[in-house]
Amino acid sequence: MTEAIEDTVREFIAENFLFRADAEVSDEQSLLDTGVMDSTGVLELIAFLEQTYGITVADEEIVPENLDSISNMTSYLSTKLAAA
Amino acid sequence: MRIEARLRDSVKRFAAKTALVVGDHHLTYVELDAFSDRLAHSLISHGVQHGDRVLMLLENGTEAVVSFFGIWKAGAVACPLHPSTKADKLATIIDSTDARLLITQARHRKAASAAVEKAISKPLLVVAQGEDSGVQCFEDMIAGAPDAPLPLFPDCNDLALLIHTSGSTGLPKGVMLSHVNIDAACTAIARYLKNSADDVVPSVLPLSHGYGITQMVTMASVGGTLVLEKSFAFPRKAMERLAEVRATGFPLVPAMAAMINGMTDLPPGSFPHLRYVTSAAAAMPPAFIQRLQQRLPQTDLFIMYGQTECLRATYLPPDELERRPLSVGKAIPGTRAFVVDEDGLPVPPGVVGELVIEGPHVMRGYWGDGLATMRALQPTAQGQRLRTGDLFSMDEDGFLYFISRSDDIIKTRGEKVSPQEVERALYALPGIKEAAVGGIDDPIFGQTIRAYVVLCEGAMLSERDIIRHCAGVLEDFMVPKSVEFRDALPRTPTGKIRLSADETRSTEQGNVA
Repeated sequence: MTEAIEDTVREFIAENFLFRADAEVSDEQSLLDTGVMDSTGVLELIAFLEQTYGITVADEEIVPENLDSISNMTSYLSTKLAAA
Repeated sequence: MRIEARLRDSVKRFAAKTALVVGDHHLTYVELDAFSDRLAHSLISHGVQHGDRVLMLLENGTEAVVSFFGIWKAGAVACPLHPSTKADKLATIIDSTDARLLITQARHRKAASAAVEKAISKPLLVVAQGEDSGVQCFEDMIAGAPDAPLPLFPDCNDLALLIHTSGSTGLPKGVMLSHVNIDAACTAIARYLKNSADDVVPSVLPLSHGYGITQMVTMASVGGTLVLEKSFAFPRKAMERLAEVRATGFPLVPAMAAMINGMTDLPPGSFPHLRYVTSAAAAMPPAFIQRLQQRLPQTDLFIMYGQTECLRATYLPPDELERRPLSVGKAIPGTRAFVVDEDGLPVPPGVVGELVIEGPHVMRGYWGDGLATMRALQPTAQGQRLRTGDLFSMDEDGFLYFISRSDDIIKTRGEKVSPQEVERALYALPGIKEAAVGGIDDPIFGQTIRAYVVLCEGAMLSERDIIRHCAGVLEDFMVPKSVEFRDALPRTPTGKIRLSADETRSTEQGNVA
């Protein structure tokens, strides 16, 4: 399941944000620091995750540890979906 | 007084006090003074002369603050640009300002190099945080320069800032502000906010924007502490930072207020040190005001209005907020703000007219654009009157109310966006036959940008293709969030494409969750 999540997230990032970046970003790189995602991007990302996975991202979950890189997102979603 | 002289005064009074915090990095007043002196020495030895323009393509950080003061100490004009400015526009600005030097950081080096390559003027490129050789390194300019304080330039009427903003023609206008202009605005702001050396002010506002720059200058002038943050993308983190640094003041734009209001787990009393928050850069809906006051019951909320052309024009004293939640208040101390008719004569209360501003904070004009300057500034007996282009009315007690803009500039995320500038970017994409751009009301960002496009026959462009193209040439905040394909666009009798208000309103509401 983790791999499928990673692919979905990476595709969304590539499709929607990656054209902002000068170069490829790795799974571990901060999307904010590399300029891939900005504050409106975070909101778009949350909307996408909520729609795609039928989850609600709680206020306290909107933190870089969960959403600021592809690998952070993958582990956050894996945990979240396993708990659901 | 010149701005760097304000800094010198604070250095004398508050030497070892913290002037600037960026992440874990603290800079004292003495250090900020010394670093900016060293940069000034280096700038001068690299040929920067009195009155030269130095471009800054920098994110919020130590380098940006040191650059401002270093540039001023060298007698030059700081020209801060939004860090997401792309190469083509950057090249245009390099040439229009005939810049001597461009300071950027590794992340934006590619755009900066491409712009220098393309431009006719050849400014020296200085890169901060860079690791490669073959380019002038910002850190070397500071490390290799003498420590001796520079004598300050005497003339307060020298240009200090050139800030580029969206003009209604679609071409960026360079707003010229002198040291007197900035000092007048910031002294007035510090007075009504009662700023002092006890203040700690975190700011996520870009230092390419007047609202961000006034935070830096007011704090340096009163001996306070500026805490620079790059963004408000993770509101919870930003609010934790507020508590951690014991913030006493926090400047907001309405989009940030909306995000704070959405935080359901913010217990009242979370910020015992927070004396005030300010809101500017776009109109704050009254519902936001009410919720923000519930979230921050011990904090004063200052609603303010301004534009780059005078930095700050009005503020509403917090004790008037309940009675006049829709007002942006009155003129800041030492200035005048009033509503006039088409002949420039003051109108009675309740009548809508154009807001005009008079005082020592009014800009010197637009860089290299005498016509636009003539339209915006009118000479009066006391000096210059600034026409804001904003429609206002005034109540019986003299409080001012924003009605609308008199042009079609879009306000999104607190930034002004000219539809024409976005449309020009759209027309540069082969396959687009007609294009128009409008603002869609959005609960968080005020407005978001939507492009309306008619494709050439046989063109196969998707919404994604068009957004991707725009992201390659426009600053991030100017990039359309959505594209609507049409068979035709409405035109005025003269043939101009014109979206009516209904046109943009009848489409679905902004889709940002």
